Amino acid sequence: MKKIEAIIQPFKLEDVKAALKKAGVDGLTISEVRGHGREKGHTEIYRGQEYEVQEIPRLKLELVVPAAQVDEVVAAIIEGARTGKIGDGKIFVSEVSQAIRIRNGDAGEAAL
Amino acid sequence: MLVSCALVLMMTGPGLALFYGCLVRKKNVLATMMQSFTLMALATVLWAIIGYSLSFGEGSAFIGDLRYLMLEGVGGDPMPDYAATIPHQTWMLFQMMFAIITPALITGAFAERMKFGAMCLFMTLWSFLVYYPMAHMVWGKGGLLNAFLGGSIPCFDFAGGTVVHITSGVSALVCALYLGKRKGYGTEPMKPHSLVLSFIGACLLWVGWFGFNAGSALAANALASSAFTATHFAAATAAIGWVLMEWLHSKPSVLGGISGAVAGLVVITPASGFVKPGPALIMGFVGGIVCYFMVVKVKNMFNYDDSLDAFGVHGAGGTLGAILTGVFATKAVNSAIADGKGGLIDGNGGQIVNQLIGVAIAWGIAIVGTLIILKICDIVCGGVRATPEQETIGLDVSQHGEEGYNFDA
Repeated sequence: MKKIEAIIQPFKLEDVKAALKKAGVDGLTISEVRGHGREKGHTEIYRGQEYEVQEIPRLKLELVVPAAQVDEVVAAIIEGARTGKIGDGKIFVSEVSQAIRIRNGDAGEAAL
Repeated sequence: MLVSCALVLMMTGPGLALFYGCLVRKKNVLATMMQSFTLMALATVLWAIIGYSLSFGEGSAFIGDLRYLMLEGVGGDPMPDYAATIPHQTWMLFQMMFAIITPALITGAFAERMKFGAMCLFMTLWSFLVYYPMAHMVWGKGGLLNAFLGGSIPCFDFAGGTVVHITSGVSALVCALYLGKRKGYGTEPMKPHSLVLSFIGACLLWVGWFGFNAGSALAANALASSAFTATHFAAATAAIGWVLMEWLHSKPSVLGGISGAVAGLVVITPASGFVKPGPALIMGFVGGIVCYFMVVKVKNMFNYDDSLDAFGVHGAGGTLGAILTGVFATKAVNSAIADGKGGLIDGNGGQIVNQLIGVAIAWGIAIVGTLIILKICDIVCGGVRATPEQETIGLDVSQHGEEGYNFDA
């Protein structure tokens, strides 16, 4: 099992969800996060006092999928989230050692 | 007149309370609102007991006497010297609303760092040492600067350029310098926590100001209409002036717009019942630009922390307005002006000198009075400033034991 974490532009959420649905993924956790990569933030000015705001709002998607499905899911996220401009986000894939469904104790890929 | 009284009180709460309260960080919203609200109660009681008498009793050239102690004799009959067509009590009420908002304006300078107890003592003493004498000198019968009731140096101040805005604005600067900068000023972000609510507060100020200025005509007549016009026009051009200055350097901001409007209202206050619409448009525009420079450039140049720019807007704007009143005041607008005794525009350049003397006295009494009061408060309250710990957790919790926004409650 692999965990896929994707940081995306908030306005691309619906596109990504549609692409994931086409790829057959139906479990997804979304959180609102703030941060920055190489893209610049913005400046706010209040009566001449300037504040650099580097942390910009992004969404973080987390999903755990069977190892065989990873490439397809990653491709779907890229298809939905890509604009080609700086600031589109990143995808991280990592190993997951176990998954358990709380309701009935299912474990491993059966719990996904 | 009673509606005008209510409009002026609306300027303090909710107007000023929202404007100031939402320009600070959210941990200080209640404390800042509480300062304005406290004055609605405290300044009222002082006014009833002795403040009105010291301001408007016919005493010396500098301070009134005690003839109206506990408002004795201030009833339904008009007091012809001040307002011939309204009850003396109504005049007292109208003036009381000014005695409330003036000290409340100062709170913008020491926002986010003054102890509540020290603030209460400061405001009480300030009313006695600065406001009552200044109100008496400019508006009281026999006052030194009274232009219409026998003052030896006639200074035009229709609705409070010297009495309200210079005294509060200059005292604000003294407070900002005396207390020092907020903890973390210049290194930590200190953004307004809700410009939306500040916007509403500023717009309530704009509307309330019609009571302040047009109400100062003391009747529903042509002069009131003229003052209303001048007031509105100056607010409009000042908002445009401030935002244009911003636009030249960066982006036109909402905070700039509302700050500019307030600056224009301040500048036109002393002139509102003396000037034609054209000069009002000019005064507002110049005021918006001058106050922009005071707030955005001069404050940074001298590096003092006037948290909400009470000096940059009220001190600077009030001074500018008082001087320009000496330029644009005309008998054509206000028939109470004696022949040949208008402003420069009426061929009386000497009026500018009178205005400057009024300005100098207001600055002097504000500086000296405020310094003495701060020293007294320092000794009596064991320091006027909240401790660094109290400042860090915020004045809402440390001074009042509450929080403004309990969204998870």
